[in-house]
Amino acid sequence: MAELNAHIPEGELTEKWTKLRSSMPLVNPANKRSIEVIVVGSGLAGASAAASLAEMGYKVKCFCFQDSPRRAHSIAAQGGINAAKNYQNDGDSTYRLFYDTIKGGDYRAREANVHRLAEVSGNIIDQCVAQGVPLAREYGGLLDNRSFGGTQVQRTFYAAGQTGQQLLLGAYSALERQIGMGKVEMFTRHEMLEVVVVDGKARGIIARNLLTGELERHSGHAVLLCSGGYGNVFYLSTNAMGSNVTAAWKAHKKGAFFGNPCYTQIHPTCIPVSGDHQSKLTLMSESLRNDGRIWVPKKKDDPRKASEIPEDERDYYLERRYPAFGNLVPRDVASRAAKERCDAGYGVGSSKLAVYLDFKANTERYGRIEASVQNIHNPDKETCMRLGREVIKEKYGNLFDMYAQITGEDPYELPMRIYPAVHYTMGGLWVDYNLMTTVPGLYALGEANFSDHGANRLGASALMQGLADGYFVIPYTIGAYLSKELATKPIPQDHPAFVEAEASAKGIIDKFFAIKGTKTVDHFHKKLGKIMWEKCGMARNAKGLTEAIAEIQELRKEFWSDVRVPGEANEFNPELEKAGRVADFIELGELMCIDALNRNESCGGHFREEYQTEEGEAMRDDVNYAYVAAWEYKEGVKFELHKEELKFENIKIAQRSYK
Amino acid sequence: MSTGNMNLTLKVWRQKNTKAKGGLVDYKLSEISPDMSFLEMFDVLNEQLISKGDEPVVFDHDCREGICGACSMYIDGRPHGPKDRVTTCQLHMRSFKDGDTIVVEPWRAKAFPVIKDLTVDRSAFDRVIAAGGFISVNTGNAQDANNLPIPKVQADSAFEAAACIGCGACVATCKNASAMLFVSAKISQLAQLPQGQPERYRRVQSMVAQMDAEGFGNCTNTGACEAECPKGISLENIARMNRDFYSAKFVSEEDI
Repeated sequence: MAELNAHIPEGELTEKWTKLRSSMPLVNPANKRSIEVIVVGSGLAGASAAASLAEMGYKVKCFCFQDSPRRAHSIAAQGGINAAKNYQNDGDSTYRLFYDTIKGGDYRAREANVHRLAEVSGNIIDQCVAQGVPLAREYGGLLDNRSFGGTQVQRTFYAAGQTGQQLLLGAYSALERQIGMGKVEMFTRHEMLEVVVVDGKARGIIARNLLTGELERHSGHAVLLCSGGYGNVFYLSTNAMGSNVTAAWKAHKKGAFFGNPCYTQIHPTCIPVSGDHQSKLTLMSESLRNDGRIWVPKKKDDPRKASEIPEDERDYYLERRYPAFGNLVPRDVASRAAKERCDAGYGVGSSKLAVYLDFKANTERYGRIEASVQNIHNPDKETCMRLGREVIKEKYGNLFDMYAQITGEDPYELPMRIYPAVHYTMGGLWVDYNLMTTVPGLYALGEANFSDHGANRLGASALMQGLADGYFVIPYTIGAYLSKELATKPIPQDHPAFVEAEASAKGIIDKFFAIKGTKTVDHFHKKLGKIMWEKCGMARNAKGLTEAIAEIQELRKEFWSDVRVPGEANEFNPELEKAGRVADFIELGELMCIDALNRNESCGGHFREEYQTEEGEAMRDDVNYAYVAAWEYKEGVKFELHKEELKFENIKIAQRSYK
Repeated sequence: MSTGNMNLTLKVWRQKNTKAKGGLVDYKLSEISPDMSFLEMFDVLNEQLISKGDEPVVFDHDCREGICGACSMYIDGRPHGPKDRVTTCQLHMRSFKDGDTIVVEPWRAKAFPVIKDLTVDRSAFDRVIAAGGFISVNTGNAQDANNLPIPKVQADSAFEAAACIGCGACVATCKNASAMLFVSAKISQLAQLPQGQPERYRRVQSMVAQMDAEGFGNCTNTGACEAECPKGISLENIARMNRDFYSAKFVSEEDI
């Protein structure tokens, strides 16, 4: 059994990373040329890691299931990226970003990792700007910032509502540069189906060429999984249709522990579900909470239109409950508050499962400022609204357009209707300080690992973490492992471990076609999603979770006896791809429920109804649950719990308050 | 399953693989909701095909929120369908009428061969970027981000060019299958920023050479690309690229 050692360097918190980096074993440039690294995934973490490692001289092979690395789902991140630059002179610092992140994560993240993240955050902005990423600027030519939830400083850098796109295209261009120079070999439309472990070390992968169906063997001295999160276990989420857990799950089954699988982020501001046909949910960036005020009618089941409800009959419930942070409370708090109002009968829209996000007040305020800039004295309300609308358009234009497209309503005129939706998974493969999983030589970066966000991720921190891991952490920490691998010759691909891994991948594919069942893959995926959302979603309880586990086990049996996969194995067959992903989601879903049931406390995104304060806030149990739950896979879809105690030496652990 | 009341006839391009001969196949769909996206309507079709034992229609799609650039259907003679400034995934059935017949084809261009049904190979775009669509700055080389002030107007203009999602609608709609809008958007983004200056003339030559090598056609200024671009990328970028290209050829010391 693998030892659970986080390998956190000794010394003062603020010195750990600097010291480690300066004493880390190095690989000399000549040796790097003969060392191969496999990178699975080409989002922010994968593209930045692949590019950086290739720049350093390693031979890199990078894999993505999409037709181009530029399409990885990091591209859809809207709002921004945090960095402790203190450009706004509002008292930000590395320590403050560290503190906000630990607190925002409800004291369930590792201090040392989070501090390192805060330390390198500024470098990320520097790097991206140098690459030509067009972040938003002020008239003086310097970078602009905005606020995000869970903080009281302005540290979020952004590019309109397309920050993820711009950062990813920056990393993608760095990656393409290395591809052009022949230093990265890129495999698009390839999906990893197995990790190959030789003598206890990760030595390669089995990947399926999605166009030809051929199973390919790829060897390397180390394997980096940068394959994103598993929100699609809920079927409906803000993830891309192809986002999946397969790479991480196959690694889990080969010995990599899975950390805190139950920590799921339900994002408060998404476009509500409109019907059974819905295939995905669309986020409206958290940045909108900078300028939008969230409310519901004070009267239950109020049938009036938003515009007909006078100001004093509106309940700005976030401002009421959390006067200090108001609309900028962290996501978990905002989501639960929306659910609470809707469950109590104050929801709006035809489904009554929505609240209003209203921009009127700030549109007028911006208009008044703009009027003053344009020398219009005593502007009337209409002028202010017209001018303000332009300002809002510049800040959030693409988001407003998207909302109008999807709902058919004009958000400049009517308040948006929003409701929480699954967005991000804080859990993931357990990694040590060096980002290595419990399988030597197998690393996990970005959303695929569990490491930095604890039980709740703050807005604009995912982009920061993905790029920190890829640009500034792995290039150093991987040296510690690879420097001991210099004598390792290229791994022969006819090694029994490769043969066995390929046979296992082929076995699963053959099994799918042999079933010849009656139900489509989506049928099972939707069923799984429903169980997860109802019983392992925004609020959980022991009874529901116990039921969910039984239901998922039943669903797994049904899936493996009645799924229908059309077409053939040796061709481009997206239904086959989906079948493999859903099979893994079903197993993961069960583990998420087991983990949620094990954690008898509420923390961050994990809200157990049995554990709440009188005001309905999450109630942690620091005596018994201040640990990372790292699950080991056992034959026959069984799981064994290992615990990594979390030590808080630099932050006083306290009840989170945003009041 | 469906919740609406629209009845539609689809004429969908089916093609087994790159070499096979393709053709339009008719499908009838009923009870389509106007709130569905165009791709969700295809999900309904595919569920029905699979249940009947037929092969589903293969099409590229991923984020379904208009930003990844994967979706790529040629709908009733227009890339991404009848609405301006939207991708196929953001097109909703309320843009159609009950009883409509809708023709759906893949992108058509020599440089974008059909892989299967509505899926085409757009890897040529990646190779054009690999030829020069970057600033050569290794990780760790950067100075403090605010050491280099960039006028807002210039930064905003670079951002507008950078908003390209690489979907290829510009190529699909162009009678010459030209990729000039796509290529110029990247060139123009970087040429407008101070960071992009050192490689400015080298970049434009390398990218244009790769664009030609991929078999894309030339630009004859019809402007269809700008009209059909879901992100509103401007033709001005092509003018900027051409200007830089000529400058590079006549003035630059680096001829590539």
